[in-house]
Amino acid sequence: MRINQFGYLLKEGIKGVFSHGFRSFASVAVISACLIIMGAFSMVALNVNAFIGDMEDDSQVLAFVDDALSEEDARSLEGYIRSISNVEDVAFVSRAEAMENYKATFEDQTLFETIDETAFRHRYVVYLNDITLMDSTAEALRAVGGIAEVMAETRIARGFIAVRNVVSIVALVLSLILLVVSLFMMSSTVKLAAFTRRDEIAVMKMVGASNSFIRIPFIVEGLVMGILGAGISFLLEWFIYNMVSSRIALSLGSNLAGKLFTALPFAQVMTPLLIANMVIGILIGAFGGAMAIRNYLKV
Amino acid sequence: MVILKDVKVTYPGNKKPTLLDLDLTIRDGEFVFLVGPSGSGKSTIIKLLTGEIRANGGKIKVNRFDLRTIKRHNLPKLRRTLGVIFQDFRLIDDMTVYENVAFAMRVVGASDQDIRKRVPYVLKLVGLENCGSRLPRELSGGEQQRVAIARALVNSPETIIADEPTGNLDPAKSLEIMLLLRKINELGTTVLVVTHEKELVNAFGKRVVVLENGVLISDEEGGYFGKRDE
Repeated sequence: MRINQFGYLLKEGIKGVFSHGFRSFASVAVISACLIIMGAFSMVALNVNAFIGDMEDDSQVLAFVDDALSEEDARSLEGYIRSISNVEDVAFVSRAEAMENYKATFEDQTLFETIDETAFRHRYVVYLNDITLMDSTAEALRAVGGIAEVMAETRIARGFIAVRNVVSIVALVLSLILLVVSLFMMSSTVKLAAFTRRDEIAVMKMVGASNSFIRIPFIVEGLVMGILGAGISFLLEWFIYNMVSSRIALSLGSNLAGKLFTALPFAQVMTPLLIANMVIGILIGAFGGAMAIRNYLKV
Repeated sequence: MVILKDVKVTYPGNKKPTLLDLDLTIRDGEFVFLVGPSGSGKSTIIKLLTGEIRANGGKIKVNRFDLRTIKRHNLPKLRRTLGVIFQDFRLIDDMTVYENVAFAMRVVGASDQDIRKRVPYVLKLVGLENCGSRLPRELSGGEQQRVAIARALVNSPETIIADEPTGNLDPAKSLEIMLLLRKINELGTTVLVVTHEKELVNAFGKRVVVLENGVLISDEEGGYFGKRDE
């Protein structure tokens, strides 16, 4: 295809968007609406993931060493613990350190005058790579000779995992449904455009136009609408996200919940959101346009 | 050049064939009238020649293309060697006369420079050199058919196929169109005209092929159409 021919087809496609005024507007509006809903669920999923990621960074398993082991023997277990998969980092805390840490949480130090460090055990603070594998990692720690007891908050981990799974599945299912709706809407718009131009298409076929020559303006029309929809939805998502995240921050305030949860700044999610919107918008536009024109190319 | 040999066409759901063992050869530069009553198979022949339908049997060659084996993606190449004219003109309403003709060149990838050179020439050939900026609805039926002829002609086809080109025109305009087609033929293009117009056919004294019930019943140089009714 020659450059001047491609330029002509591009122009025809763009002209098509504006000559089908209301239909194009409706199509762009539906695509924007679908992308906003998809984007909203993706934002929730991203924030939940980030939140769980933070929790993972902070989550730790405590492995208490058998009382019978000396500090030197207890320290020698570190290599075994490090070799367990899913262990990201390990910190040894001796009896004395454990007592100091404990005492530091109280103001009145006279409470500990009669207690010595033997009340505490040597321990390892074990940091995990993946919180979802907390159960199996705890089991592996228990199996290490010299570890007397393992303390892992698996219940909380399971709760987070459940929340993350539900959000991810809902986001995925909803996105797929909305993708089909957008595709259908785009295809209907271009199909109508193709129907109103069926005589023109028949003439094109009769004078020897190739299928790609006929198809390209409709694909361009779909693409322009897809990109417009993606751009509009991105701007609205930006506005809505900032508004919602500032409201959440305001309502949680500086209490514990506010300290635990902070929405990701928009700048951090902006690039993936824009890329996702554009890719989906372009795909919907191109496929919708190509699907719509298919029936007219059979003669 | 058009060659049809033992061509059979039966439409799905029909027991009776629409065309039966049809043999017809049109040599380069010929002017041929294809006539016959409704349902005789004339339109089917046009659809076969333009690759809209495929035959159930026999051989068909149109301007170097073997239509038994032609691949779908080569149909545009076949159609670029043909110029097709319809009874209802099939012009694009929101394009000017110039744009309607230029459109056919654009479709086949002609450059802007070639379009600017060729379209005025063809419009002059059909006598519409002053109508380039007008819309089809502003023209008479005869003028609209001239635009359609210009469009069919603009890519210099080897063969022009005219399907009832005068069906919507009064006798005077019909004669004008037929004279124009003869002029095009004299310039070297093969012309096949499907028509019902007895007077026109008989006035021109060209080769006449008569079809009836899908069978070729007469093929005569300087033939006469309408003997059966008279």
